[in-house]
Amino acid sequence: MAQKTYAGVTVDVNEEGYFTDPSQWTIEIAVEIAKEEGIVLTDKHFAIMEFLRNRHNSGEALSIRSINHSGVIDVKTFYQLFPGAPLKKATKIAGIPKPASCV
Amino acid sequence: MEKLNPVKKVNIICSKGAVEDVYAALIMANGAVMEGIETNVFFTFFGLDAIVKNRMDKLHTAVVGNPALRLPGGLRMPTLLGIIPGMESFTSWMMKGQMEKLDVPPVSEFLDLITAGGGKVYACKMTVDMFKMTMEDFSEHVSGILTVGEFYEHAAGEGSHIIFT
Repeated sequence: MAQKTYAGVTVDVNEEGYFTDPSQWTIEIAVEIAKEEGIVLTDKHFAIMEFLRNRHNSGEALSIRSINHSGVIDVKTFYQLFPGAPLKKATKIAGIPKPASCV
Repeated sequence: MEKLNPVKKVNIICSKGAVEDVYAALIMANGAVMEGIETNVFFTFFGLDAIVKNRMDKLHTAVVGNPALRLPGGLRMPTLLGIIPGMESFTSWMMKGQMEKLDVPPVSEFLDLITAGGGKVYACKMTVDMFKMTMEDFSEHVSGILTVGEFYEHAAGEGSHIIFT
């Protein structure tokens, strides 16, 4: 298992850089990972990441569709907040595993 | 993961209108959009039903002449059972229910997701002419009606791939 240091804290990550222990995540760490991805985090980013973390913690699968049901933002905004591959980027920054769903 | 020749663009042609055919195309398309890959979906022949407003969420799956179709429990579904009235509707309803459980949305919502992420949806000109349709018949997510030549122009570029379903 690999380790990475963000904001002075060493965390466990897999070979793709995803957290293997979501409890090691902090807001300061998220800001640093986001910087690596070229994203400056706003309140909206944190709101949707909180939704993703909660959903992950309750054992529900993450899908792009679930964003529309989040009540936080719609999918279009999600694509704007995390340009490129939003679900992959958002989960990486939110310190949870990469989604295994095809949708 | 850095790859030498990444897929930069996919151009998916959906030519059939059964539930599974349309979903195969839409899942591939949505998956590409989610990966940040530029995506075009081109609907042609019976695949066109997937973008016709009043048909898109009422697609069926074939219960006759579908040798891979199985009954709950895994037994092969005899073709003769398929001719029972209502069997096609029932099977299609079951299939959609199973997809819904996997968070696969109805076709109209799927097009919403694909276009929200920047994917483009087109109708085939020849089919539109053949079925005597206009843009009015199509979902708001359809960007336009293309000839084959225009489709290839849209598909141009390095790392671009064409997928036919």
